[in-house]
Amino acid sequence: MVDVTMKVNGKTVTKSVKGNMLMTEFLREELRLTGTHVGCDTSQCGACVIHVNGNAVKACTMFAGECAGAEVTTIEGMANKDGSLNVIQQAFQDHHGLQCGFCTPGMVMSASALLKENPKPSEAEIRHYLEGNICRCTGYHNIVKAILAASGQDVSAIAAE
Amino acid sequence: MYSFDFVRPATLDEAVAALAGEEAQALGGGQTLIPTLKQRLASPATLVSLGGIAALKGVSSSGGTLTVGGGTTHGTVAAEAASVYPALAKLAGNIGDPAVRNRGTIGGSLANNDPSACYPSAVLASNATVVTNTREIAADDYFQGLFTTALEPGEIITAVKFPVPQKAAYIKFEQPASRFALVGVFVAKGADGVRVAVTGASEGGVFRWSEAEAALSSNFSAGALDGLSASADGLINDLHGSAAYRAHLIGVLTKRAVAAAG
Ligand SMILES: Cc1cc2nc3c(=O)[nH]c(=O)nc-3n(C[C@H](O)[C@H](O)[C@H](O)COP(=O)(O)OP(=O)(O)OC[C@H]3O[C@@H](n4cnc5c(N)ncnc54)[C@H](O)[C@@H]3O)c2cc1C
Ligand code: FES
Ligand code: FES
Repeated sequence: MVDVTMKVNGKTVTKSVKGNMLMTEFLREELRLTGTHVGCDTSQCGACVIHVNGNAVKACTMFAGECAGAEVTTIEGMANKDGSLNVIQQAFQDHHGLQCGFCTPGMVMSASALLKENPKPSEAEIRHYLEGNICRCTGYHNIVKAILAASGQDVSAIAAE
Repeated sequence: MYSFDFVRPATLDEAVAALAGEEAQALGGGQTLIPTLKQRLASPATLVSLGGIAALKGVSSSGGTLTVGGGTTHGTVAAEAASVYPALAKLAGNIGDPAVRNRGTIGGSLANNDPSACYPSAVLASNATVVTNTREIAADDYFQGLFTTALEPGEIITAVKFPVPQKAAYIKFEQPASRFALVGVFVAKGADGVRVAVTGASEGGVFRWSEAEAALSSNFSAGALDGLSASADGLINDLHGSAAYRAHLIGVLTKRAVAAAG
């Protein structure tokens, strides 16, 4: 067993866990934060993207023990302080950036990492950055549109699809 | 996954000691090893994370040499090597996707020596030196075939020293599903001539294309490669591409890399 202490969405948590516990299991089963989804468990789909010390990582391909001392943010930590949707989440809703919603937590976490690095990305830059996030429903168009909108760029010329 | 003990030492000495134990294995970014553990293709008794060792991380340069710590992520190399060795930074910035680049490390990639990985071509073409906790290994001696290297059990890659070439470029023809190289070619023009390293193509892993090196050393231009073709002998032949197709790509990508290196 390993003892790990980390900050998750601003709250310090300490747990004793198995050495081979993945961050997806730690979040979903130990902390009951089930917003971090597991689509593939093979680092392909990006449904499990979280931030560790501000960097986007795939929680299915990281051990909980690696997060000792880290600041972790999950989709549950993304809303505004008053509980309303943050600007990226709201843009996904406004621009129909989701259908079944399975990929959405990972998409939002990746989008927020992108906008921190590059506050006004082009459509091509958004598509390139989302290479590790797979969506089986939307065809990506409205996800890209939502991220453009969330970054304050005009999307009126882009047709809804 | 089988169960194992997980330790995360803070110093290299502690990591070396932990790796001397029975069935211990190093963990870099885990982007290759964790999938391997999930498939039960590895069963270490102890996993020794190198992630807590600050001395293994970072990029520095002095006197024409770029030194990358063995535990430095692809994302950090992409950002921090860009001004000194742009071709290397660009290679690192096109490995996998952003989340993979935030975890995967140069040491892990080189220790694994996947025949389709990007970094081995940069190390071989740049004539870099792989530095471990016990010795320095020249690139030409380091790569020893498919998933095989000169590393001894328990040896840790602490850094890689790249002599920065005058001109260099890496061109990767992506296998679209995995984004690994179907074929990738790294061309570097250094003080001692031109080196051309090819990844993704050979069943024996990364290799130098010596005919192209000779042609480019006397005339560094894409035209110098006219009429040269790589042999298809020993090249990978799979559903993504035949050996002949890969041999053709080697020629095309080498020309593109020379053109991109300028
Ligand atoms: C979706 C996806 C896409 C990818 N695309 C690409 C790509 O386009 N190109 C590419 O080149 N790679 C690609 N990779 C692989 C990626 O670069 C890995 O990060 C890399 O191969 C392994 O590095 P790691 O630090 O994650 O090592 P780990 O997975 O932790 O370890 C791999 C092996 O190296 C050993 N090891 C780790 N660190 C050291 C060290 N410092 N010294 C000695 N031994 C060590 C481990 O014991 C293990 O045997 C991809 C991976 C994924 C998941
Ligand atoms: S569940 Fe982690 S990438 Fe798919
Ligand atoms: S909305 Fe269904 S997978 Fe993306």
